[in-house]
Amino acid sequence: MLYISKWKATAILLTALICCLFAVPNFFPESTVKRWPAWAQRHIVLGLDLQGGSHILLEVDANDVRRQKLLTLQDDARRVLRQSPPVGLTRAPVIRGNSVEVAIRESDLQQGLTRLRELAQPLGGFIGSTGARSIDIENVGGGVVRLTPTEPALLERTRQVVDQSVEIIGKRVNQLGLVEPSIQRQGNDRILVQVPGLGDPQQLLEILGKTAKLTFRLVDTSMPAEQALQGRPPPESEIVYGSKAENRQPYLLEKRVIVSGEELTDAQPSFDQRTSEPIVTFKFNTSGARKFAQVTQENVGRPFAIVLDDEVISAPVIREPILGGSGQISGNFTVESANNLAILLRAGALPAKLTVIEQRVVGAGLGADSIEKGKLASYFGAALVVVFMVVTYGLFGVFASIAVGVNVGMIFGILSLLNATLTLPGIIGIVLTIGIAVDSNVLIYERIREEVRTGRTPITAIDAGFTRALATILDSNITTFIAAAVLFFFGSGPVRGFAVTLGIGIITTVFTAFTLTRLIVAWWVRWARPRQLAIS
Amino acid sequence: MRLHPKLPLLRIVPDDTKFDFMRFRRISFPASAALSILAILLYFFHGLNFGIDFVGGTLIEVQAKSGLADLAKMRSTLSGLGLGDVQLQEFGGPENVLIRVAQQPGGEQAQQVAINKVREALGSEVDYRRVEVVGPRVSSELLAKSTIGLGLAIFGILIYLWFRFEWQFSLGAMIANVHDLVLTIGYMSLTQIDFDLSSIAALLTILGYSLNDTVVIYDRIREMLRRYKRMSMPDLLNISVNSTLSRSIITHVTVTLALLALLLFGGHAIHSFVATMIFGVVLVGTYTSVFIAAPILIYLGVGTTRMEAEEGAGKERASTARP
Repeated sequence: MLYISKWKATAILLTALICCLFAVPNFFPESTVKRWPAWAQRHIVLGLDLQGGSHILLEVDANDVRRQKLLTLQDDARRVLRQSPPVGLTRAPVIRGNSVEVAIRESDLQQGLTRLRELAQPLGGFIGSTGARSIDIENVGGGVVRLTPTEPALLERTRQVVDQSVEIIGKRVNQLGLVEPSIQRQGNDRILVQVPGLGDPQQLLEILGKTAKLTFRLVDTSMPAEQALQGRPPPESEIVYGSKAENRQPYLLEKRVIVSGEELTDAQPSFDQRTSEPIVTFKFNTSGARKFAQVTQENVGRPFAIVLDDEVISAPVIREPILGGSGQISGNFTVESANNLAILLRAGALPAKLTVIEQRVVGAGLGADSIEKGKLASYFGAALVVVFMVVTYGLFGVFASIAVGVNVGMIFGILSLLNATLTLPGIIGIVLTIGIAVDSNVLIYERIREEVRTGRTPITAIDAGFTRALATILDSNITTFIAAAVLFFFGSGPVRGFAVTLGIGIITTVFTAFTLTRLIVAWWVRWARPRQLAIS
Repeated sequence: MRLHPKLPLLRIVPDDTKFDFMRFRRISFPASAALSILAILLYFFHGLNFGIDFVGGTLIEVQAKSGLADLAKMRSTLSGLGLGDVQLQEFGGPENVLIRVAQQPGGEQAQQVAINKVREALGSEVDYRRVEVVGPRVSSELLAKSTIGLGLAIFGILIYLWFRFEWQFSLGAMIANVHDLVLTIGYMSLTQIDFDLSSIAALLTILGYSLNDTVVIYDRIREMLRRYKRMSMPDLLNISVNSTLSRSIITHVTVTLALLALLLFGGHAIHSFVATMIFGVVLVGTYTSVFIAAPILIYLGVGTTRMEAEEGAGKERASTARP
């Protein structure tokens, strides 16, 4: 047990050294490290709780996804039933609860069902066709047919929505000029936005919370909005309310969209030259410009409405045809809100509503405080442990301290290699590891003391002490490792950082106990050839 | 090995310690049972001070931009917002205030509305050091995940111990550990420490670490069982615990030193996390492995099969010896 071949000794020392060397980039400023080769640039990332920053978890609004799916389904049903020869209906498709219902004349029922069945597409999953279809078709009786989007179809749509949203949020966040934002899908219906260094996320939240669906529509002047509110609006029109700045005034708008936000090529905040109030100027693409020109030409003198997220933000009267494909939106903006709207229009609309379900923001000041206090606690913790070990075990205590030092170096090295995130609980994990790591030395030394008492010679006592203690070290560390592993898979955020350092700490502790401590003691035995062990 | 001949090494436990730990089981078992029941009663009637991680709501740490924070003024400003239960407390220093706003009815959006109201009310007199808003969905998920995690950890360790030892050891370790967790939860209820995600981390660490201690003693017991086939169980357990006592104490001192450094210098943010760990690891963990985990093996029937096998073998020898 005490004989370690040169090859093994070299391998042990090299492993420890290389692990520790990976920690080196953390001690140099980023500008210096950037000039090093790529493999040497890996370093520990400070968690948001240490460097300050915003963590915002968004969830796709499932109801919104369902509502959109139902609207599309309603349109599709209408379309296929109208194809010539049209199917006779007793009632047009309507949305009822989570389904679309349509009443078909008895004589045309089979024909109608055949057409509606075309709408039920097989769903392509990751594992090929699962036999699931996009909608369930149910013949309720009396000619009424119920179409319901299936759960797998909604799930698939939600996944698409998340993918598209990640991209659009990325564009929006980049427009704000934030440094190193991270935008990731999380699970099926969530998006995690993390922005290091952002201590005040108000503007970010404002920008994330808007769908930014922009449409240009004509105002229906066939009846006043108030009358439409009391009675029934014309079938091709609907009531839309104005924004807060417009005093929530109702407008009767045509459902038909002249041009939508997708056809914008640019949007910029600006000032109105006459009133000098903030506005947003925009440019249409070619097809948008053509459509807008045509409609404005035909409707001079009529008002049209600019609708953002189901709110009318302004409803100007068309004074002259707008042929140039560009225009401006004014709607009681502040400089900031005009700027935000321009960003939203440039980045495009989100496919569905997103809701903030978790927000954790740490200011840079608190982060810096935490780092300082964490450092102080680590130094004190390490110093106390080292002093205690040396007082208790003398030279063997020094050996233990060297092992713990290498241990901590290796933890930092491995964290760097993994580009892992160091959090405040992570620092606790490291300090705790310092306390726990010496346990392996204690186990070995106490066992050696016992073996000496049974009358063994120093060398055989050391040998037996190591052999017996190592099995115990492995057993006892695995239990803590299981706890750390569970915490890693079930924990989140900073707590996960604790699991990471604790887990890595256990691995390095077992490594140093099995190799480095043995190597040091073996060398010492060879050098000192002790007749008597003063450890006991 | 001494660093210097004149420097004596510290001996915490004399070599020939022969303390009769097993006799203490007549005191330690009823005492632990009583304390556990007390802890459970505390949990049910006093409850835990659940943080926003598990019940949702808003947590804001602010620092006065100049001078000290005017707690009374802030309290009256915020309680006038109609946000239900709003708690304020000094946090780490007279210029820092921790504000807790209870979860708002009305789903995810309502939480965001509440935080905006608070921001407006406090205006520009304070710096926001930390803002955490956890909606109802996330908090209920975190609670479920944490409970599953804790259960899974207990189960995983049980399985591991079952593989490494006999089932009696595994069961004994588990009883000892559930006892640790119950007492720690009782402590958290008594002190009304914030129970949040880091508390779960603390509980899991206590679980892993105090088992670590138990495993060291069990390892020794197993070794002794193989070596001394005729020794009575209480004697054997006593020798095992006594011979690992020095290690147990030294290790706990080092862990305590590390945790104390964290408690004293680590700042207010980790205070409850570290305090819980000190309670669980140092106070309960040590006591448990010596006074509960080891003696419980007597009741679980460890060593009885060994004795019977011995006796059986003895009888056989006796019968064959007879003509």
